[in-house]
Amino acid sequence: MSVLVFVEVGEGKIRKTSLEAIAYANALKAGDVVAVALGSIEAVELSSVGKYGATKVLHVADARLDKPVIQVYASVLTKAMQDENADILVLANSSLGTPVAAKVAIKTNASFASNVVDLPNTSNGFVVKRSIYTGKAFSFVDLKNQKKVLALKKNAAEAKEIGGTITVTPYAISLNESDFNTTTTATEKATGDILLPEAEIVVSGGRGLKGPEHWGILEDLAKALHAGTGCSKPVSDLGWRPHHEHVGQTGVKVAPQLYIAVGISGAIQHLAGVNSSKVIVVINKDADAPFFKAADYGIVGDAFDILPKLTAAVKASH
Amino acid sequence: MKILVCISHVPDTTSKINFTENGTKFDTAGVQFIIGPYDDYALARAIELKEANAGTLVTVINIGLAETESTIRKALAIGADDAIRVNADPTDSFFVASQIAEHAKGFDLILMGRESIDYNGGVVHAMVGELLGIPSLSPVMKLEIDGSKVKMEREIEGGHENVEANLPLVAGCQEPIAEWKIPNMRGIMSARTKPLKVVEPKAVDKTVVVQKFELPPAKGAIRMISADNVAELVTLLKTEAKVL
Repeated sequence: MSVLVFVEVGEGKIRKTSLEAIAYANALKAGDVVAVALGSIEAVELSSVGKYGATKVLHVADARLDKPVIQVYASVLTKAMQDENADILVLANSSLGTPVAAKVAIKTNASFASNVVDLPNTSNGFVVKRSIYTGKAFSFVDLKNQKKVLALKKNAAEAKEIGGTITVTPYAISLNESDFNTTTTATEKATGDILLPEAEIVVSGGRGLKGPEHWGILEDLAKALHAGTGCSKPVSDLGWRPHHEHVGQTGVKVAPQLYIAVGISGAIQHLAGVNSSKVIVVINKDADAPFFKAADYGIVGDAFDILPKLTAAVKASH
Repeated sequence: MKILVCISHVPDTTSKINFTENGTKFDTAGVQFIIGPYDDYALARAIELKEANAGTLVTVINIGLAETESTIRKALAIGADDAIRVNADPTDSFFVASQIAEHAKGFDLILMGRESIDYNGGVVHAMVGELLGIPSLSPVMKLEIDGSKVKMEREIEGGHENVEANLPLVAGCQEPIAEWKIPNMRGIMSARTKPLKVVEPKAVDKTVVVQKFELPPAKGAIRMISADNVAELVTLLKTEAKVL
């Protein structure tokens, strides 16, 4: 018996959320942890999954898998579950992982849960805790079927180095032509940036920054903190910042260790995107901004005054 | 062309979430229900396609009990031609996807939101695509139809990609695919007489059972720092919160 983990790679590196998925699979103690990676990925990078608890890594090094075709990925993982005698598939929630997981669940007649935030309670059934109502509540769901597919929210488990590197096993599988039912014709990615959904520190700006030309002072702070940058919905609606930076109910949901909101009033829709953050800092010149009610630390002050001071203080503390 | 738009009936985004009956039931007291915001984008795009292509028909489907009919009528007022309500409590993604797939055959395009804002499963589109054996993509930010081909822009982590696929197709939608539409008086009047068919659900084996709900622990008191002493914040984040 084994537990299968689909690992995703971004910019040549295994995503941190995939390492969390390996740690989660390992903590299930339901068998050997077998990682599966698809597409052109350096073997040395793949072999590092052993450090986090995987005992085997299957690699399909087919260049056709470099572009994510959800249907093909789902078929490969379904076959891998059979070949590895795995009852459980674990992966990280993502624009690729979550739909792939849902399809595998149907193909294998598995119970499915996404947004899983914690290890299951197996004392009576297999009960997982899910985040619902956009972080405003949790549900406890019993996965009834023998096979289970879990898509994890960030921080469902902590990725810790517990072992050494392992050998990468080439996984020979014939891909089904008819599964290539979508074609990616172009990809545009902000390179070099810290991915918002994975960032440990996020600095977000709102209309309080008064215009896109003032984003430099926010980016300076983000740089000093090695943080990702986000924004409120009005800022993205106004076109000051791209949509993929919009944090909130209808945008990206973040779950960093530290979230710093600058010039954002804190509408309930924005809070829905940040309520999984460990610590929230709010900087706003309006002492009555509702965001202060949801924050751990607050400064009442003007962004143009506070931000440069804060950046300098962060740099001085390094 | 026939378009099916799947809508959820969910609490307004400003709702305070509470549970009753020992954490087993959602507390609807004082809660206003709306068309899921992402589903509303899907519906708006469907109506745009209908307006641009004569002969296009838009059907909405909702899995819900009788109380969802006001939400369905709103979708009809926005411009859908007819509606189906599958008379069941939408407890989980697989159940909902199975019901939609049962009624989705014969449609060229199946649109819905990227996720419902209550259970946040975010997979009904993928499951419907899988059950019907047709492509599915989400979250789709732009969608244009070019003959039998659909050209889409999909959001990915830190960017977006352009994707093409053939009809029939399932798409989970999000902004800015279309502007939300507000029903006008004529739409509201005509919605009253548009067909709304109520059907009983298909029997589906339960793969998951929701046992209970819980609210997150309450946030502690905020600590305010003087604007004249910003460095103190850095010190506290290091020594007290231990996040730097």
